[in-house]
Parts: sequence; structure tokens; C-alpha cells
Amino acid sequence: MTETTTRTAPDSGTEVTLPVQTDQLRLATAGSVDDGKSTLVGRLLHDTKSVLADQLDAVHRASADRGLATPDLSLLVDGLRAEREQGITIDVAYRYFATPKRSFVLADTPGHVQYTRNTVTGASTAQLAVLLVDARNGVVEQTRRHAAVLALLGVPQLVLAVNKIDMVDFDEAVFTRIATEFTEHARALGYRYGTVVTIPVSALHGDNVVERSANTPWYEGPSLLEHLEQVPVAPDPHDAPFRLPVQYVIRPRTAEHPDYRGYAGQVAAGVVAEGDEVVVLPAGVRTRVSKVDTPNGPQPKAAAGHSITLLLEDDVDVSRGDLIAAADSAPELTDELDATVCWLAEKPLKPGAKVLVKHGTRTVQALVTELSARFDEQELSSVDSPDALQLNEIGRVQVRTAEPLPVDAYADSRRTGSFLVIDPADGTTLAAGLIGVPLAPFAAG
Amino acid sequence: MTAIDAEVELPGDPQTDAPPQVDNLDALESEAIHVFREVAGEFDRPVILFSGGKDSTVLVHLALKAFRPAPVPFPLLHVDTGHNFPEVLAFRDELASRHGLRLVVASVQEYIDDGRLQERPDGTRNPLQTTPLLDAISENRFDAVFGGGRRDEERARAKERIFSLRNAFGQWDPRRQRPELWNLYNGRHRPGEHVRVFPLSNWTELDIWRYIQREKIELPEIYYAHRREVFQRDGMWLTSGPWGGPRDGEVPVVKTVRYRTVGDGSCTGAVESEAYTVDDVIAEVAASRLTERGATRADDRLSEAAMEDRKREGYF
Repeated sequence: MTETTTRTAPDSGTEVTLPVQTDQLRLATAGSVDDGKSTLVGRLLHDTKSVLADQLDAVHRASADRGLATPDLSLLVDGLRAEREQGITIDVAYRYFATPKRSFVLADTPGHVQYTRNTVTGASTAQLAVLLVDARNGVVEQTRRHAAVLALLGVPQLVLAVNKIDMVDFDEAVFTRIATEFTEHARALGYRYGTVVTIPVSALHGDNVVERSANTPWYEGPSLLEHLEQVPVAPDPHDAPFRLPVQYVIRPRTAEHPDYRGYAGQVAAGVVAEGDEVVVLPAGVRTRVSKVDTPNGPQPKAAAGHSITLLLEDDVDVSRGDLIAAADSAPELTDELDATVCWLAEKPLKPGAKVLVKHGTRTVQALVTELSARFDEQELSSVDSPDALQLNEIGRVQVRTAEPLPVDAYADSRRTGSFLVIDPADGTTLAAGLIGVPLAPFAAG
Repeated sequence: MTAIDAEVELPGDPQTDAPPQVDNLDALESEAIHVFREVAGEFDRPVILFSGGKDSTVLVHLALKAFRPAPVPFPLLHVDTGHNFPEVLAFRDELASRHGLRLVVASVQEYIDDGRLQERPDGTRNPLQTTPLLDAISENRFDAVFGGGRRDEERARAKERIFSLRNAFGQWDPRRQRPELWNLYNGRHRPGEHVRVFPLSNWTELDIWRYIQREKIELPEIYYAHRREVFQRDGMWLTSGPWGGPRDGEVPVVKTVRYRTVGDGSCTGAVESEAYTVDDVIAEVAASRLTERGATRADDRLSEAAMEDRKREGYF
């Protein structure tokens, strides 16, 4: 909905436009150090008037303290002491802004190679990623690496912001060369036409960030914000088969509800309705849904993304960690995972490692039996059969689990096709795991 | 148009290709309920940190919904600074008893009275909450502590994960946060460590108020406009009271005000407001050019990284 109202701000007397009801886009930023990500995010917040007066005052004060002539908008987002001291972004920050057309959750991720794991964090739930390059440097190794990681994680939409276009005199030829090179790379990773957009911007001066710039008359595409407002948001796949990882069994045992036994969870994929035949995995018991209960009372059906409580016709044994799935298209049950992992820990991965795998709501012991390939991070082509995976490297592994897991391919379901690899000794999250092959499945589909 | 632009046209007509509208509040509610259930499934002794403010009241409301028709399987923990508004304490007690929730209170005043904590020269007690909070966590062996913190509140909060591991000293290390992937939350921790959990991470102040409106959630009356004796200090309207005001030279006046946040009386300011209802508040918050903390929290003004520094020590 794009209905709006206007109000007068109580503390300044100015008229502001308020969104009434909006849909939401989750996006992440990525790019090399010093490409200006924080400045771009600061500019986006500033120019959409999402920065309130006291926050802006704080930036003006801090910039003046640092002896800067103009306010440094990156100070709006670099919130940690060490970030402000070093002028770099260390960890993901989440930002919220809204326009009358849409509301946005933005994960601002760091560009340092050693923080690629945070790019993975930001991108795992993103529907769109904005990659930055410096117009003077063009597509660099880090750009190709980030694009590959975004493709691997199935981020459906990419934007390449060719930043600092003012530093190359708003030269169309420079932009075209970078845009062509990047688009070719993205296509090789599986992104189709229409899922990659390139925009010449100056985050520092605001060209093509919110307003289209008069300095780039040769560019006829949308400004960054215009694109973010209109890009189709990929909904959770409702046509996929139904999946519900069971989180918790709700048994009130009260006088009012003596026999209530409900299986609580968030629908990971598909739709479930009263009367549907389902199978409880790993046991494989079939039954029917007797009631779909929700936080707002019973409903005839529920879809992906909804937190619900399912009641079943038969008195079957179901507990946390089980998966309730559509009976006619249940996932494969296997204790041999063939998966791609993004290794996120300092400690390298070696074959024979004993780990924990968290898939859905189930955590099981597991053994990494084989490290079959390490992928070139720029192209995701297989390069060798390595001895180990180091921090931020991506590889293909075979994992044997102590108990069988009901898994889907990541390409079919981001939720039931993903898992965490956890260190059993100290609980550290070691890796992001994706069942299946490392190509941009959503973009290619 | 360049050669590249020809390749980047969006497929189809955005008008007809648009997916069905997703209600933002439903998505936020579903995410928060998912987080509550994960914690109930994986931890032994969770607790909900409850201040009586709007965010923690919404938190309790969501917990009730997450486990209905069963009761909430967690107690509440309130860190009472000794400078709380009487209306808020009455609201706290009434809410706990109405829903049959056990209430644990950690008292800053007790710590000051027996010498374990010293009053600060500026009289603010917010930073003093950390010690009683960490003691209560370790004495009760709480292993997961829900907080109503939102990432839109403050720059350091914007960096916080939904599951945030604290070491045995309750400390947060922003450089060593676990990656948080998809909606798979890793709650593993060693004995003595605990996890702070923030189900409202992705909510904004406006989302909170829209949800309060939709769900008809009751709040302490200080959130709505009322007549109150206040005095001005550092550009903020503070309520006159036993927490140290007005001092010499500070003139008490009666004004129509409301509170945007509820915290320690010594450092939480009121805003002049005619917002008597939830609808009025939503209109006011949506149009405000000041953040809730910028408008009403003195402790965040202490330094550029005040919140981060307190969080590192174990504060929320």
C-alpha cells in the first residue's frame, strides 16, 4: 500500500509524510574497504530523512571534533568505538528506514577480507544486495568474491553501485566498462538478466542515491532508492512442499485444556491446512492435521513465515527436532550430507573433524568424512582437493551425521536446505552449510 | 541508455508481478515468537528482563502468545533502581500477578544501603544496574536472558545479534560475535556464560506503538499525556522526586507531558505532549524529528560510545 498521511513534527514544526502500511525489503551491503559503504548507507538514511535531528547533531559534533569541514555521514552507522577510531566497519549493523512505498531492513556489512563471515551473516536473509565498487578501481578481487558469496547464498537480486563516479569526472565510458565486466561475472554465477542492476553513484555528494543526478545525463536508469522501492520482493515460496521444524511441544495440562498437545514451529516452506496428510520425520509416521492454531487463534491454513502450533489427528510421538512435512512430497532422510560450507572460524577445517550440525531445530553429532573441493572464491569453480579449509574459504564436504536428517537442497529451500556447523568444545559457529551445489540457484531459476 | 541498461529491465510489470502484501507487524510478531520458542526449547533457565516499559511489556505479550494456551515457561526479572516511577512498579506487580508469572526483583537500593555500590556524583542510577543484574543472573543460574532491546535505538545496539553470548563476567565483546545465519540461532554456551536474547531486534519504535495499538496492550499511564510537576536539567524535563531534584536554581513547573521511554527517574526525561491516546502517540512518534533516546535519555549523552561501554560491562 502506498497510502500516506502528513503530520506536523512536534519538535520542529515541519510537515512530514508518513507511510501508513508498507511491505518490507531486506537488503545487505557488500564491497571492499574504503569503497564508501558506510557513507552510502549514511547518505541513504540522510536523504530519505530517516536520520533524526539528535543523531545528525551527534554526527556534526563528532565530525567537528575530528577537524572535518563537512559532516562524515559514515559516523551515522559506524557505531563501535573501534570502528570510529579506525574509520572502518568491523561488524554488521542493522538499519531501519522507510519511504511511503516500502520499509527497509538494511544489514550494513564490513568489507575486510577477514570479516567475510559478516558478509555471509548479512546476506543469509537478504532479498537484495548492494555491492559497491570504487569507480577508479573498478571490479576487484573482493568484488568478485562478494558476488560469488551472494550467489552461493541465493540472494535473488544484485545492485552494483559504481561509487565515487565524481572522481572519474562522471565518465560514461568508465561506468560502462565496469558495468559490463560486473554483469558478465554475475551472469557466470547464475544471475539472469533483470536480476542485476548497475548504477553510477557518488555517496559523498548524493548523485543517483535518492535523486537522479544531473551530472550523469547519459544514465537513464533509476536512482538507487527508486530501484529499491520498485524491485519485486521475492516472497517465501508458498508453492514449495510444506515443512515445519518442530520447536517446542505445547502441553498446558490445565483444567481448561487437559488434552491439548500442539507442535509449535515456524512454517519453513509451503502451506498447511486443516485435514492435510503429513508425515513426521525422522520416524516416518503419517497422520493428518486436525487443527492449525496460531498466536491469534485457530485458522484454516498457514503459510511460510508464520509461527503456528499444529495439532494432529493421531496420538503420535513428536518432539523438538522433528520435522512435519507434506506426506506426498517429504524430504530425503539421510545421514550423508553432500554440502557446501563457508568456513567462518580461525581454526581450519580438516577431514575427520567432529562437529555438531544444527539443521532446523535438530542438533546432531557429525563427522566431516571428506573435503572434496575448495572453490575458487571469485568464480566458485572447483580448484583442488585440499587438505584443509581456512577462514572465509568455501568448499565441498561430505558429512556423516549420527542421526538421519530430513534435508532439502538449498536451491529448493533456503530454510530446510541450510545448517550450522558448531564446535562441540566451545559452541563457536564454525560454518554456514548449504545442501547441494554452489551456483546461484534462485537467480538461475 | 547504455548497453548495460538494456539488460537490466525488470521482468514483467511490477504492478501485476507484485507479491501479496505482507503485513510487517505479522512478520515481526512471527519472528519474535520463533525466537521465544527456540529459547524455550534449548535453554534450561531463561528469564525475561522486565522494566515495566513499553518494550518489555510487548515482550511479555509476545511470550504469552508464543506458548498459549500453556502458561509462559519463564519468570520475570526486574532490576529496580530505587528511582522508579510508582505507577510503573504498580503496573509491574499487577501484570505479573494477572498472568501468574513469578517476579524476581534485584534492588540497586539494597546494594547502596549495604555498601556494595556507591551513589554516583551525578545521581544517575542507570549504570549502577549492571552489578545487581549480573548477580541476579548468576545467583538464579539464568542461562538465557530476554531483553526488549531494539537495534533502532542506538548505534551500538544496531550491532547486536538476536542471540548475544556473554562471558562469565556478563561482558559483550562486539568483535567476537557469532555470525547469525538464516534463522538458525546458536545458543551454545559454557557453564557460567549466558546468552542475551533480543526478540524485538528488528522492531522500530513505531512498530512497537502500532503493535500496542493493534493488540490493545495496556501500558503504564506515564506513556500518555498527563499533568506533572517537572523541572529542567540539561535541556530535559525531569520529574521532581526523591531522586534528587529540583536542586538549587532548578525551578519546578507543572506541565502536560508524557514519557517516551521508562527508565531511572534521575535520567529519563519527559516530553511535552498532548498525546492522550495510542493513536495520538503514533502520530506524534511518526512525526518526531528526535529519537526516543535523544529526546529523553541523559545517560546516552555521556559520551559518543556510552551505550557500547555500558554493554561491554554487562548492561543491556
